[in-house]
Amino acid sequence: MIDRRRFIATGASGLLLGGCDRLNNSQEFRGVLRSAEKLTMASQRLISPRDALAREYGEADLSPIFRSNGTARPGTDEYAQHAAEQFANWRLQVDGLVARPLSIPLRTLRTLPHRTQITRHDCVEGWSAIGKWHGVQLWRLLEHAGLSTRAKYIVFHCADRFGDKPYYESIDLVDAFHPQTLIAWGLNGHLLPIPNGAPLRLRVERQLGYKQAKYIERIEAVDSLAAIHGGKGGYWEDNTDYEWYAGI
Amino acid sequence: MDDAAVIDEPIEAEPPIPPPRRVAYRHRLPTRLWHWLNALTVFVMLMSGLMIFNAHPHLYWGQYGANFDHPWLSFHGRPIPGWATIPSTYNLAAARRWHLAFAWLLAIPLILFLVTSLLNRHAQRDLAPSREEVKPSHIWHDIQEHARLRFPTGDAALRYNILQKLSYVAVIFLLLPLMVLTGLAMSPAMDASWPWLLDLFGGRQSARSIHFICAALLLGFILVHLTMVLLAGPINEIGSMITGRFRVPLDRSEEA
Repeated sequence: MIDRRRFIATGASGLLLGGCDRLNNSQEFRGVLRSAEKLTMASQRLISPRDALAREYGEADLSPIFRSNGTARPGTDEYAQHAAEQFANWRLQVDGLVARPLSIPLRTLRTLPHRTQITRHDCVEGWSAIGKWHGVQLWRLLEHAGLSTRAKYIVFHCADRFGDKPYYESIDLVDAFHPQTLIAWGLNGHLLPIPNGAPLRLRVERQLGYKQAKYIERIEAVDSLAAIHGGKGGYWEDNTDYEWYAGI
Repeated sequence: MDDAAVIDEPIEAEPPIPPPRRVAYRHRLPTRLWHWLNALTVFVMLMSGLMIFNAHPHLYWGQYGANFDHPWLSFHGRPIPGWATIPSTYNLAAARRWHLAFAWLLAIPLILFLVTSLLNRHAQRDLAPSREEVKPSHIWHDIQEHARLRFPTGDAALRYNILQKLSYVAVIFLLLPLMVLTGLAMSPAMDASWPWLLDLFGGRQSARSIHFICAALLLGFILVHLTMVLLAGPINEIGSMITGRFRVPLDRSEEA
């Protein structure tokens, strides 16, 4: 009771002081705020047809310059080597909870049936850019690899590092099997530029920009995110408390 | 001059007994609860929203808009000072947690209020301006009265005057729904489910601009609202929004 009273008093003074910082630093309160993410995700999924498509635009709507964000060029020696070889030896691993792990040469991947879509990229910061993406639908790769029924999430392991931490992201199977979810190798009629994620990046069109992992080396099917890096399903989720569900 | 009044005036008048102040029940419980919930929620939404604005303080019209495009409003650095943001130091992730959690507390009660107030006719009875009230002469008269700080007394104080009606209707039926809808239009998942949101506002970046403009108008409403509460007698006004009971100001004719 006293604790609750103190909690309320702390809350009220925090609010009155205008900072709300004390509440913001309280793990309990952040937990309450975090629960809204699940509510938002459940509600959006409830009202969305599973395959509701993100709007596809026309050529006239393309952003004149599609800006890049986050890593502009991965700093590792391996990546520099690949870039020097024009990614001729880049391979995409597909493994984890699959019947047939794959290691697909980039060259082969580009010959697979592909989808072209002009969609809007929405950054968590607020800006938007419209680009034309070319790539393989992720469901084709997962089907080819024989995704296990135990798999719940698809994790994307990337070649870029933030300090010593690798970038990674993850989505669930609703988004993984969405027709607009691509492993993209091209932007605006060209192969992907390095700042936009060469040679392979994710497009998951119903979520924000930080989910669109760039420089993808490996796709892993898992039943839980807990054992991967920080356990929250992505680099930003682990390190700055961005939402794992970035549909809003 | 009324002669009878002069004759009736006793020569040595007793000090007049002030007529008892009437107390009227002005606000029902759901209205009061919603008001104070909104007072908290709108405050959190504005301050966390300003932190989110700090992440990319540029506004555009149309479907797209980023650093190489043409903003209609643009600031350098992080323009909003810490005292006006939640949290007070730059943290987009935390501001989003606040904003997207409190958004539920704004949107769901708003929908409930809109539906119930139309069904139980509170909106039509108490908020909708009458044909007489929207005449320019009536509105102009009310503006003059407000400018002279002569607020309605007696029974007139129990009804909303036309300036109150117009501002409350604008906030409840226009600004707040626009805040929610433009907020949803910025969600890539909502745009896939409800593509009409993009058409309604002319694109995600237009929706973001309208979101910001409506927030500014809402802030303007709050400042005027608080000023009017102070001028009209803060204890009675705030008390009536807590207990529902309002001490009716004496009719000017009774006072005179």
